[in-house]
Amino acid sequence: MQAVADNLFKALSAPTRRAIFEHLSRDGEQTVHALTYRARVSQPAVSKHLSVLKLASLVRDRREGRETHYSARPQALAPLVDWMSLYGTFWRDRFDQLEDLLERMDK
Amino acid sequence: MTDTALTRTVVIEREMPHPPEKIWRALTQGPLIEEWLMKNDFQPVVGHRFNFRSTPVPNWNGIIDAEVLAVEPNSRLSYSWSTMGMKSMVAWTLTPTPGGTHVRMDHSGFGSEEDAAYKGARYGWQKFIAKLDDVAGKLD
Repeated sequence: MQAVADNLFKALSAPTRRAIFEHLSRDGEQTVHALTYRARVSQPAVSKHLSVLKLASLVRDRREGRETHYSARPQALAPLVDWMSLYGTFWRDRFDQLEDLLERMDK
Repeated sequence: MTDTALTRTVVIEREMPHPPEKIWRALTQGPLIEEWLMKNDFQPVVGHRFNFRSTPVPNWNGIIDAEVLAVEPNSRLSYSWSTMGMKSMVAWTLTPTPGGTHVRMDHSGFGSEEDAAYKGARYGWQKFIAKLDDVAGKLD
């Protein structure tokens, strides 16, 4: 489970990979060529990004002729859904602010 | 891939050197809530539907839909907390201590995994992804 989350967080930590994933989520299946055109980076770089996304199960690939088609697997975001660390951080920050407010309030 | 249960809970507990009555005000008076949490139209009335509003970001309007579920003055408060298709519940428990109040917050039940992942991907994940750079940096 931890490895799954690590792969996911790492995959999403690069803006270019997020853009590729977002693009696939929004517009559906794409070839590497189409993605390369959109991403404005080299095809090897796009392929590398795709392999990282694939490791995190965020995309799947499908071979058709000489082209590989990629599509998004948004369900792979599930580990983020429990948002434990994110909501934990959120509430700890809010607790700090609550305590600051209490200090300022009248008795 | 994962057997993540549908219900998860974040629990924060803290001892605060203030009486429960004072903390209760901070938890239940709209202008005070806004100072430490978010803009809101909260009323301490069971069944009252309200919103928390934070700064909108692309693909997320920053709005949390909520409904008051329980109000026991100076002791217990809970409300639902829904955003991006993820339904959850926030519960506050105040317990008097010799030095003040023990404050406990449970935020539980992050909704259907598939539903939330899907909607999160469509509407809101960017908001949270923005924080992932920090999280990812701490992984190794």
